[in-house]
Amino acid sequence: MSIDLSQFFEVFFEESFEGLDAMEAELLNLVPGEEDLETINTIFRAAHSIKGGSGTFGFSAVADFTHVLETLLDQIREGARTLTAEHVNLLLKSVDCLRALLRTLQAEQQPDLTEADELRVKFEEILGMRSKSKVVQQQTVSNETNIKNTFQIDFKPHHHLFKTGNEPLYMISELAELGELETQAFQDDVPDITNLAPEDCFLSWRFFLTTDKEQSCIEEIFEWVEDDADIAITLCGGLFGDEEITTTETATAVVEQKKEVEPIPVKPTTDTKKPVPVKATTANAESTSIRVGIDKVDSLINMVGELVITQAMLSQLGEQEITEATIASLQEGLAQLAHNTRDLQENVMRIRMLPISFVFSRFPRLVRDISQKLDKQVELKLLGEQTELDKTVMEKLSDPMVHLVRNSLDHGLETVDKRVAAGKDPVGTVTLNAFHQGGNIVIEIMDDGQGLNTQKIREKAIKNGLISENDDLNDNEINELIFLPGFSTADQVSDLSGRGVGMDVVRRNIEALSGSVEVASAPGVGSTFTIRLPLTLAILDGQLVKVAQHTYIIPLISIIESLQIDISKVSRVGKDLDVLRLRDEYIPILRLYNIFNHKGAIETLDRTLLVVVESDNQKVGLLVDDLLSQQQVVIKSLEANYQKVDGVSGATILGDGRVSLIIDISGLIKLSGLRKPGSQELIIESKANLEAS
Amino acid sequence: MKRILAVDDSASMRQMVSFTLKKAGFDVTEAKDGSEALNIAKQQGFDAVISDVNMPVMDGITLIRELRSLPNYKFTPLLMLTTESGLDKKTEGKAAGATGWIVKPFNPEQLLAVLKKVIR
Repeated sequence: MSIDLSQFFEVFFEESFEGLDAMEAELLNLVPGEEDLETINTIFRAAHSIKGGSGTFGFSAVADFTHVLETLLDQIREGARTLTAEHVNLLLKSVDCLRALLRTLQAEQQPDLTEADELRVKFEEILGMRSKSKVVQQQTVSNETNIKNTFQIDFKPHHHLFKTGNEPLYMISELAELGELETQAFQDDVPDITNLAPEDCFLSWRFFLTTDKEQSCIEEIFEWVEDDADIAITLCGGLFGDEEITTTETATAVVEQKKEVEPIPVKPTTDTKKPVPVKATTANAESTSIRVGIDKVDSLINMVGELVITQAMLSQLGEQEITEATIASLQEGLAQLAHNTRDLQENVMRIRMLPISFVFSRFPRLVRDISQKLDKQVELKLLGEQTELDKTVMEKLSDPMVHLVRNSLDHGLETVDKRVAAGKDPVGTVTLNAFHQGGNIVIEIMDDGQGLNTQKIREKAIKNGLISENDDLNDNEINELIFLPGFSTADQVSDLSGRGVGMDVVRRNIEALSGSVEVASAPGVGSTFTIRLPLTLAILDGQLVKVAQHTYIIPLISIIESLQIDISKVSRVGKDLDVLRLRDEYIPILRLYNIFNHKGAIETLDRTLLVVVESDNQKVGLLVDDLLSQQQVVIKSLEANYQKVDGVSGATILGDGRVSLIIDISGLIKLSGLRKPGSQELIIESKANLEAS
Repeated sequence: MKRILAVDDSASMRQMVSFTLKKAGFDVTEAKDGSEALNIAKQQGFDAVISDVNMPVMDGITLIRELRSLPNYKFTPLLMLTTESGLDKKTEGKAAGATGWIVKPFNPEQLLAVLKKVIR
């Protein structure tokens, strides 16, 4: 029977990556000298599983490498060796190395073993061992002979043999497969029926086996019962029998000697057959499969069951003659169907939801490495790790978050000296916090560092021509400047932050996910970056509105309120912009029919409906003909199906089959020309002007 | 059909063992650690149990010790999957009541060959 092992590879890779993640996380928790056994055990088990799996599935490079790791961990686990900081560092490096090896193997490429070999030498130095494995392999010089020998085998099981689960009958039949077998059974020990213990073994045997196989083959059969039986194997008759035995013995002796003489392998075998150094293609590592908890699948199955029942009920009703009574139950059935569908939809969406710990988990390592490099002391706190988020959003969230955390470490937190001088705890804290708020997930990146230096930002912005000397900006507005393109506060480009990726890219990436990012900062106390993202990109709660004869959708999340315009509160600014005074604010009115070029819409402002929406802290009012229903809509990408349209984030298909466009508020504001290019302020910012008019 | 309980915390190993055994005509039940296996074993009967040694929650040696003490598993072949080529684990396993062991890495053919020693 042949079994294609490659069908198990994907599972193996996935669990190995998970194992490596677990190892990494546990290693980061380890404090040498205070390690607890369970942590070491977890790390050991992960290494052990990877070794076992890689050996079984034929990835010997990984298995060989993991072996030294496992040996060290085993010694620590057994208490034979104490864990040092050096061990932890080496183990962490190995985790990286293994991850790269496995990625390359997953991509079906030849891995570059240089790093693994270097690390292995280090492990072997610690362990004080020589790489014996190669020598041992030479031992399997097959001395196969065609000479047949006859062995006499005496096999006398102890009484308890059956209780070990072994079965003499199967052993005898295995013996018979090796050659010609002659069997004698002895029943002398079998007691009379009154004394017979039915669960004990009283029989014993003598076999004569004529075979061309080695004695070791016979020993192997009895390997499991060595201690549970008296076994004697002797060679009787046969040609050159004795000679045979002596030669094997000397052969082993020679090899053993050789093992001892073998010099310490000074260098890893780098120059022998260096594989083509294929860079592990990390790009395609974006996983295509997803792990789903069995409970989620179960509840889905449950719901599909209900759906089927409802469907059966409806189709039964459909076959009947339509009467008053059937209409009532039909309506009831349809309500049931709507209910089922909504539940099903919610649960299907839940499948794509993963806890944000998937992103958070990479930060302990990142923070450790960076703080070592910067020589700062940092404690990382993770909060709300179980907060769930759509998988697609999660994958795209990682890079911006890494950037923000690096930024906090590099620019936010002070060095130990500075912190002590400022009377703060020498250990700085970076906190990542995630929680749900409405239909959004909010992620905060907080540090207790020095806060943003508004003075410096202002100077820089003036120098770069982003603002003028005369602009009177408050601290928040100044802080906002860091998100503008071409802005970097670092005096010199450092290895960490100055990678040519500015905050503007962070903001752009997050806005591409229909999210927002903002900063709050207090000098000497710290700064907080807040990212807000929709929970999912696939479904949105929308307000349907009518403009002329068309239906548009406004994301419910961005709507502040809807009202009828009181014409007395409207003023005109400049040539064609109307603003509405709403409480203490002035809301610019955007005429949707104008922006989308529709004819036949209501153009007068008085008593017309205005939907006040907010994006990037700016409020605008959208003039619409009518408010229709609110419903969840499935977002279809316009870019994928047509092309990008400014002011529109996507489309959906309505219940009646018509296509409706989803309005992108911040795009709309840009499109309407309300915002100065590169600026966060709206043109009608200055209240003084208005009051004067 | 002979029933086998396969216990391993590694999903890929479990799948491999289980797939191999199923192809060879056994009825296979899987468990991901010793404690889960013990619960299953108490509720159903098996003709053999194959278990990994290093597992979270309950390791393989404890599982074997527990199983062997159950009346239903007095004579049942209990095999352990082990990478330790050293004697330690084997003796420990035997003392706990293991029938035998299969040394990792192994391929499907080897697994079936070894299994033939105790179940046919």
